[in-house]
Amino acid sequence: MLFSAHQLSCIRSDRVLFEQLDFAIDAGQIWQIAGRNGAGKSSLLRILAGLAEPIEGELRYKNQPLTQVQDEFATNLCFIGHLSGVQPQLTALENLAFWRACYALKPADDWALLAQLGLAGLEDIPCQNLSAGQHRRVSLARLWLTAAQLWILDEPFTALDVSAIAQLRQRFIEHCQHGGAIILTTHQALDLPEIPVQQLTLEYRW
Amino acid sequence: MFKWLDPYAKPQTLFNLLGRWQRVLMPLGWLLLAIGTVWGLGFTPPDYQQGDSYRIIHIHVPAAIWSMGAYSSMAIAAFIALVWQIKVAQWAIGAMAPIGAVFTAIALWTGAAWGEPMWGTWWVWDARLTSELILLFLYLGVIALQNAFSEQATGDKAAAVLALVGVVNLPIIHYSVEWWNTLHQGATITKFAKPSIDPSMLWPLLICIVALGVLFGALVCQRLRTSILRHEQHRPWVRQWAQEQA
Amino acid sequence: MGSVYLQTLRRDFRLMTRQKSDWLNPLMFFLIVLTLFPLGIGAKPNLLREIAPGIIWIAALLSVLLGSERLFRQDYKDGVLEQLVAARAPLFPYVLAKISASWCASGLPLLLMSPLMALLLGLDSKAYWAMVGTLIIGTPLLSLLSALGAALTLSAEKGGILLALVILPLYIPLLIFASAAVEQAGFGLGYSAQLAVLGAMLCVALAGVPFAVQHALKLNVG
Repeated sequence: MLFSAHQLSCIRSDRVLFEQLDFAIDAGQIWQIAGRNGAGKSSLLRILAGLAEPIEGELRYKNQPLTQVQDEFATNLCFIGHLSGVQPQLTALENLAFWRACYALKPADDWALLAQLGLAGLEDIPCQNLSAGQHRRVSLARLWLTAAQLWILDEPFTALDVSAIAQLRQRFIEHCQHGGAIILTTHQALDLPEIPVQQLTLEYRW
Repeated sequence: MFKWLDPYAKPQTLFNLLGRWQRVLMPLGWLLLAIGTVWGLGFTPPDYQQGDSYRIIHIHVPAAIWSMGAYSSMAIAAFIALVWQIKVAQWAIGAMAPIGAVFTAIALWTGAAWGEPMWGTWWVWDARLTSELILLFLYLGVIALQNAFSEQATGDKAAAVLALVGVVNLPIIHYSVEWWNTLHQGATITKFAKPSIDPSMLWPLLICIVALGVLFGALVCQRLRTSILRHEQHRPWVRQWAQEQA
Repeated sequence: MGSVYLQTLRRDFRLMTRQKSDWLNPLMFFLIVLTLFPLGIGAKPNLLREIAPGIIWIAALLSVLLGSERLFRQDYKDGVLEQLVAARAPLFPYVLAKISASWCASGLPLLLMSPLMALLLGLDSKAYWAMVGTLIIGTPLLSLLSALGAALTLSAEKGGILLALVILPLYIPLLIFASAAVEQAGFGLGYSAQLAVLGAMLCVALAGVPFAVQHALKLNVG
């Protein structure tokens, strides 16, 4: 088992979001977390990514408690939350260069990557001057940079147009066929016939 | 060390333990305080130099001592919270800080009230007074930081870091203020020579010091219990306890 | 490790060239505060010379404080910090680079402006060189402490005032020794002891503060 959660509970602002949640994800799988607004999807993803601590419960990475293998887990994880992680005053290229340094990735042809994502000609404009969808594409460029096996994505399709969504789907399929795994939230139907998509629905609780 | 701390780190165990301590400490503290103040204010001879006004010492000195004692205990709790990641230690900081701040304020206020008849002024930039004032600022900083976050857990952890940074700084601040004071004030204020204290005055003072320490412990127990209940309100044991109380 | 430091540093310098108001405004604030004192207290040369050390240092620490609030704020809001924490990327060189950059943006310009301060407040050459000495040692300490404050109050709702409340008491030893050194020099006395104490405080802060900042950033993101 690549990554699993056991008996997770989360309380935010005195409200129980979920209790005793179990699930497990293996290589090649996609888990879609569904649920109404405020049901705790983002909180769950932040806990899974190790950014927040659950009130109770344990995470396991490759059948070992996460607390013991945190560094190994982090290098094998790509998390994109609802914050883009893109510094708006820097250009797309400069943002990519910064990520490469921080994640210790080898330099590669960032121009080609940005062109592939439909950002040709926008490489050296500060990201704050890009449209919301283009901004999102810069943020998602991480998925093409990273060699991580486990992706945790919070609403990756937001603000993207049809062609970008298709491209992202293609990337998901590629990733899973190469032994990757994805946990994501989205309000869209995922529509990936090639990949087994599991659903986890969080009930909104009062 | 961790093994020794571990059982107390469990909120429910600690809650019950604190309850038992509080039942002993609270009445003991008030009793001692009553004895000490009545003895000190009513039955000790007046000072040959200061007359009756020195009697404020029975409140001033214990408050000043425990204002620093509270900060040290807070720093110890912060250290435990940061090194062993024990949540109740974080909560203890929140329980101690307001009490310490009140002690500091009492020490400052009684000091000012004592200074007025003795030195002829409410406030002098004396080293000890200044340090005490800065200590009050440090307390207020910790309290403000702890309550500034929408996520209480973040505030608790941030306050722990600040309390620890503060305790590293406290001696530096203290000595720098003392040094600054000798540089600036020197001869302008001659502090009255400290008379060696007569045993008849010493005993009530000692009782008051012990009393305030016990009271501090009791108040911390009470506040920490409340804090545990608030943080753990979703646990079954809290609900069970509440039902038993009702 | 080194590459993260250099990249962050380069990135911050780029940002500085693109958002000049971030570091120019605190400097202008510093100058304005400096002019307020003679206007409020009176411009008698003797009086000014006497209180100049205190004025300079109070203005310096307020302006550094003002500028530091934005130190991590943007990276926090945009999720850059969240990314770094999630990837367990080396935060330490990132923090060091941020503090170095913030010193270049706030401390270094103060140093460059010091002749101007001496001119405005009528410092003689001895006091001036003492002031340069205290600024060289003192401003990095200011940057370190205010980075700690900025990191601690990062996700707090009322950042600005809270930052001042939390950090200003920690500035007090620095204020005392730095202004005392300038004052001593003004009387023609030696001030190496004060500089030594400032140096010792800087060493302690250098050893401890980056770790505390790192910890504070993590807990604010989580």
